[in-house]
Amino acid sequence: MTARIGVVTFPGSLDDRDTQRAIRLAGGEPVALWHKDKDLHQVDAVVLCGGFSYGDYLRAGAIARFSPVMEPLIEQAKAGLPVLGICNGFQILTEAHLLPGAMLGNDHLHFICRDQKLRVENAETAWTGDYTAGQEIHIPLKNMDGRYVADRYTLDKLEAEGRVAFRYVDLNPNGSLNDIAGITNEAGNVVGLMPHPEHAVEPLIGTGRTDGLPFFTSILKKLVTA
Amino acid sequence: MARVVVDVMLKPEILDPQGQAVQRALPRLGFDGISDVRQGKRFELEVDGPVDEAALARIHDLAESFLANTVIEDFTVKVESGDVAAEAAK
Repeated sequence: MTARIGVVTFPGSLDDRDTQRAIRLAGGEPVALWHKDKDLHQVDAVVLCGGFSYGDYLRAGAIARFSPVMEPLIEQAKAGLPVLGICNGFQILTEAHLLPGAMLGNDHLHFICRDQKLRVENAETAWTGDYTAGQEIHIPLKNMDGRYVADRYTLDKLEAEGRVAFRYVDLNPNGSLNDIAGITNEAGNVVGLMPHPEHAVEPLIGTGRTDGLPFFTSILKKLVTA
Repeated sequence: MARVVVDVMLKPEILDPQGQAVQRALPRLGFDGISDVRQGKRFELEVDGPVDEAALARIHDLAESFLANTVIEDFTVKVESGDVAAEAAK
C-alpha cells in the first residue's frame, strides 16, 4: 500500500516533474494536479513546487494563491491535509495565509543558486519525521524572493512554539529574519521552505547527496501507517 | 470613466534593498542631500461606471486582499478623476 501525493502545476511551475520523481523514488504515487482543477482528486497530500507561478508578476505566489485549485487546497489544509510548499510553493502558502509571514526579495538583490546547509529544527511535522531534530543537511537553494519576514510578535510565537522547522546554517543567504529557511503551521501538516529537497534525492545529481529524500519518505510513512 | 489609484508601499519597518540601491546611486549622479529612498508600486485602475462609495469599497477590498500583502505592505486608495472627489485612505 502506498499514498497518492498531488503535485500542482501552475503556469510557470518549474519543478513539478522533479517533485513527482522524488515522490516516486520514495515509494509514493505522484498525482499531477492542474492549477485549474476544482478538486484535489482524493490525494492524501499535496506538494506545491518551485517555479514562477503566473510569472510572479505581482508578488511571488500572489496570483497563484487565487487559482481554482487553491480553493479546495486551502480548505483541506485547514482540516489537516498535509501540504508541503517548496520555494514558490512556500511563497504561495504565505500569500494564502496558511503559513504566517511573507517572502520578499533577497536582501542583496541577486538570484541565488547554491548548495545550502540547513538545520532541521523540528522533526515532528508531517514532512520531517525521518529527520532528527538538530540534524544538519545540504539542500540546493535557488531563488530571487527568499527573504522571510514577519512581525516581531509572529517571530516570537514561531520560535516559542518550535515552528521554525529549518534554519540556515553558516550563512544567511537572503536576509531572512532569524535565519529562517522554513516553517510549519501549528498542526504540523503544512510546511514551507525555500530550499529544494526534491533536487537532493539521488546521488548522481545536485549536491551528490540524498539529504532531501526524507521529506518524501516522512510523509509516506506518516500516511501509510496512519 | 474614472481612474482610481492604489499606491502600495512596504511598511516602514521592512527593509527595502531596492530603495537603498537607488539611494546609494544618487551621489554618483550629482544628487546630494537625499538621505533615504523607498520604492513602491502604483496601480492605476480604469473603472467603468461611477466611482461611488460601493465601487470604492470593492476596490479597497481588492487592494487589501490582492494588490497589497498587508503582512508587509500598506496601501492607499484615491480617485484621480471622475465624478466623485472622494478619497479613501486606509
